[in-house]
Order: sequence, then structure tokens, then C-alpha cells
Amino acid sequence: MSEKLLMKGNEVIAEAALRAGCRHYFGYPITPQTEVAHYMAKKMEQIGGVFVQAESEVAAINMVYGAASTGKRVMTSSSSPGISLKQEGISYSACAELPMVIVDVVRCGPGLGGILPAQCDYFQIVKGGGHGDYNLVVFAPSSIQELYELVVHAFNVADQYRNPVVILGDGYLGQMMEAVEFKDEEVINKVEKPWATVGTNMEREHNVITSIYIEADVLEAHNNKLQAKYRAIEANETMVEEFNCEGADVIVTAYGTVARIVKNVIKDAAKEGIKVGLIRPITLWPFPKASFEKYAETPKGFLCVEMSAGQMVEDVRLAINGKNSVDFHGRTGGNVPSQKDIMAIVREIAARK
Amino acid sequence: MMNQIILAGFGGQGILSMGHFIAHAGLLDGKNVSWLPSYGPEKRGGTANCHVIVGDEEVGSPIISNASVLIAMNGPSLEKFESLVEPGGIIITDKSLVPVKPTRTDVKLYEIPATEMAYELGNATYAGVIILGKLIALTDVVSTENFEVALRSILKPSKHFMIPEEMKALQRGAEYV
Repeated sequence: MSEKLLMKGNEVIAEAALRAGCRHYFGYPITPQTEVAHYMAKKMEQIGGVFVQAESEVAAINMVYGAASTGKRVMTSSSSPGISLKQEGISYSACAELPMVIVDVVRCGPGLGGILPAQCDYFQIVKGGGHGDYNLVVFAPSSIQELYELVVHAFNVADQYRNPVVILGDGYLGQMMEAVEFKDEEVINKVEKPWATVGTNMEREHNVITSIYIEADVLEAHNNKLQAKYRAIEANETMVEEFNCEGADVIVTAYGTVARIVKNVIKDAAKEGIKVGLIRPITLWPFPKASFEKYAETPKGFLCVEMSAGQMVEDVRLAINGKNSVDFHGRTGGNVPSQKDIMAIVREIAARK
Repeated sequence: MMNQIILAGFGGQGILSMGHFIAHAGLLDGKNVSWLPSYGPEKRGGTANCHVIVGDEEVGSPIISNASVLIAMNGPSLEKFESLVEPGGIIITDKSLVPVKPTRTDVKLYEIPATEMAYELGNATYAGVIILGKLIALTDVVSTENFEVALRSILKPSKHFMIPEEMKALQRGAEYV
């Protein structure tokens, strides 16, 4: 391991991508993720990669589609309204089974909203903001070190399953600085890409990357293939942190920066004799249902905390499946749930019969 | 021990840089650190703040809800953040720019005429480092040696000629009573 560096989340995203072998980046500036593009603009030139500031987010995602079709490791990044613009291209990429990494550093919405941190893109990323039956693998890091590791991992997962992968972080994760320790060498999953459109050399049939299947049965067969892939991802790629859950009076669930606030609440609650557990989904899709099923009946209740009006809570309630109560606490507009407010709800749940 | 420091003032006073110096020096001291900036629509003359955590334990939330120290470089910052200081905590103000007193009486208050002292040293931009001198003297949050290393790695080489003066300013702040 090399020395620890103090770096901003957005810069770490870019550095991690370069370490993972990404040499193509297409983006369009938007707060709070613009430093990703800054870093890429500076570094790509030095290492012979490609950086393009596209004319729009729509153009950028379609450039990513093109580069991914040639089998190259490619990334784009944006923030909420920019991701909305990319959704058509994301749906096309999912259908065409193109490996790519998309970073969404979430800001508060809806609409142009504001630039402060939020988690209100859960629906558009996890549930598919584009059309059709598709899933994106979604990683939700909660520290800068984890952000680095998950970006590298995201490229491997994207290649392995031929699927777009999203890094979903709130604005704070992009803007804050923490220590990061880069590995001397990254684990790169070298996947053969015989499907890539890299020229036939007159030695094989043409490869075709497409997302159009006009015949009903042909499209259904393709859908079935995609669904089989999604089941394999669910079986193999789910990631979760379970902390202090065994025998907990209350289990709180949160992801990203909010999960860190909950960790402070766990310490506060322990001083009052209340045992609080945390289930922190690291993959939002696939959702770590098994962790919720395992503990569904043991605490007095669950509490889901988000920087949204209540999005992930729907998946939590599906996983708990009526076996326990699931309370929700959320803040919007760029406000962040406070330790004090979470603690007050925890106390109330712990006091239940 | 976890030092939870909120630094706040006008945009352009170098608030974010002050936090960056402390976080970087903390890292060099082998501590766990985080630096969280306010990144709203701030601009020169508006308000800026950052939350810096330095300590031996793992950093939980990077958002500080119980500050061990508040550094207020203007009046509005004192009013906005004094309620977040834990009982027995520290408030350091730049007396040259903060005409008001905190309403809190359960905290330790240090008022330093940092901007005036900085002018005496020949450059108003030293005010922040003067305040940080007091912070380090009071809390030992970072070592002076690594503070200097942090200055050297964060400041552009074209500003390195200022480092000896910055360190003198740090010393002045530490000694001010």
C-alpha cells in the first residue's frame, strides 16, 4: 500500500477510474461533480486517454455508448438533472448490454432544484429512470476509501456482466476530503470482449451492437436473457454492511453519508442503554433483502433514514414484508437528517412494547 | 479524543484553506481526518464554512453536530454556529471582525484581534493562520511541524516564500493572551 492521501471525493472517483484502466471519459459540467471532469481533463491528456466535454449530457452518454461498443473502459459522471437527461441513453445501453460506469453525485431536486446534497435519485437510478425492464448495478459508497474501491470494482462488474454500473453518491461524498490509500496495483478483471465492434479484419461476421428488436418473440427472448443475467447479479454481487444488528432494540437502515450519521447515533444510543443496529446497503441494486429478512422479527422496529422524501424505504418495506414496523425519517432540499432527530425517533421506537 | 472543529467566516477569508491545512496536518500526524466544505452558492463576501474532524478514532459522520471548537471569523458565523458548540467547548473569534459576544456562557471564549495582528505582520491574509496558532496551542489538534509540511504541500510553489511569515503568524497567535 502506498501513503495515505487527503483527496476530494470527486477527484478520487476520477483517479480510481484511471487506475481501473478507464481511458475514455465523456461528460458535461454540473455542480457538485464538476471536479471529476476537471481531473479527467488534466490527466487524460498526460496518459494518452480521451477526454471530451460534450455539448450536452445527452451527447455525452451517447459517446459513452459508442466507446463502450468498442470494448473500451469508459465512464461518464453527472448530477441529478444531468442524469435525467442521460436516461434514454442508459436504457439503450442496458438493452445493448454495454459495460460502462456512470457516476451520479446527487443534488437536491426535483427540477433544477439546488446544488446541496441529497439522495433523491434512488428511484431514477435503482428503479430505472429510463424505459423498459432493465436493471443497473448500483453502488452506494459511504467513505472516500470505499468510493475508490467501489469505482474500481464497478468497472470489473460492468465488464463481467456486460451491464452499466452506477456509483451513487450524495453531494457531500463528492465534495468532502478524507484519507485514501491507493493500492500499488489494482485487481483488473480482464474479460474477453468478442462482441466488441473493433473491425472484422475480414475474418469474421460483423458484430452488431443494437437495442432494437422489432419481432415480439425476438425481443422477449432478449428480455429473458437480460432477466437471467439480473438474477445472476442478484445472486453474486449483493453487498451490505450489517453493524451491531444482533439483539438490537432498533435497526436503522441508511446508505451513503447518512449511514455515517447513524453510526454516531449508535454511540449516542448506547450511552442511554439502547442497542441500535445498522443495515447499510452497499449495493442498492441488487438490494440486500436477505439482511432484512434475517433480522426482520428481532428488533422492536426498523427506521429508514434518507436525504429524500422516502424512496429506499419502499424496498425496505418489501424486504420486511409486514413482519415488523418500518418508520421513515427524511429531509429534503439539501438538508441533512440530524443526529438529534434520528435519536429522538430511535428512543420512541425502543420504548414500544 | 476527537477534535470536531467548525470554521466559518466570509467567502474569500480562506476559511476552506484553513480547514484544509488542519486536516492535512492531522493526516500527517497519523490521525483520522475529514474535511467537509459548505459548497452552496457561496461567493466572495458571502459566508463560507467547513467541518474538520481530527482524532484517533474512526470518523463517523463528517457533519459536525457537537463541535469541540468553533472558529468564527465574522459576526454572522458566530450567531449561526455557536449553538453547535458542546458545553465546555471552545469558541475562537477574530475580535477585529466580530464585534459581538456569544450568548453562550458555558464555553471557553478566546477573542483574538487576528486581522489587526496580521496587518502588523504586513499581510491581512495571515489572520487565519494567527487564529489557527491559537487553536493548536489550545488543543494540540495537530503538530506545528506537520502544519508547516501541510502548508508546503497545499500552497502553490509561487506562495512558498510566504511560509516563514505564516509560521511566524502561527506563533503570534499561539502566544496571544
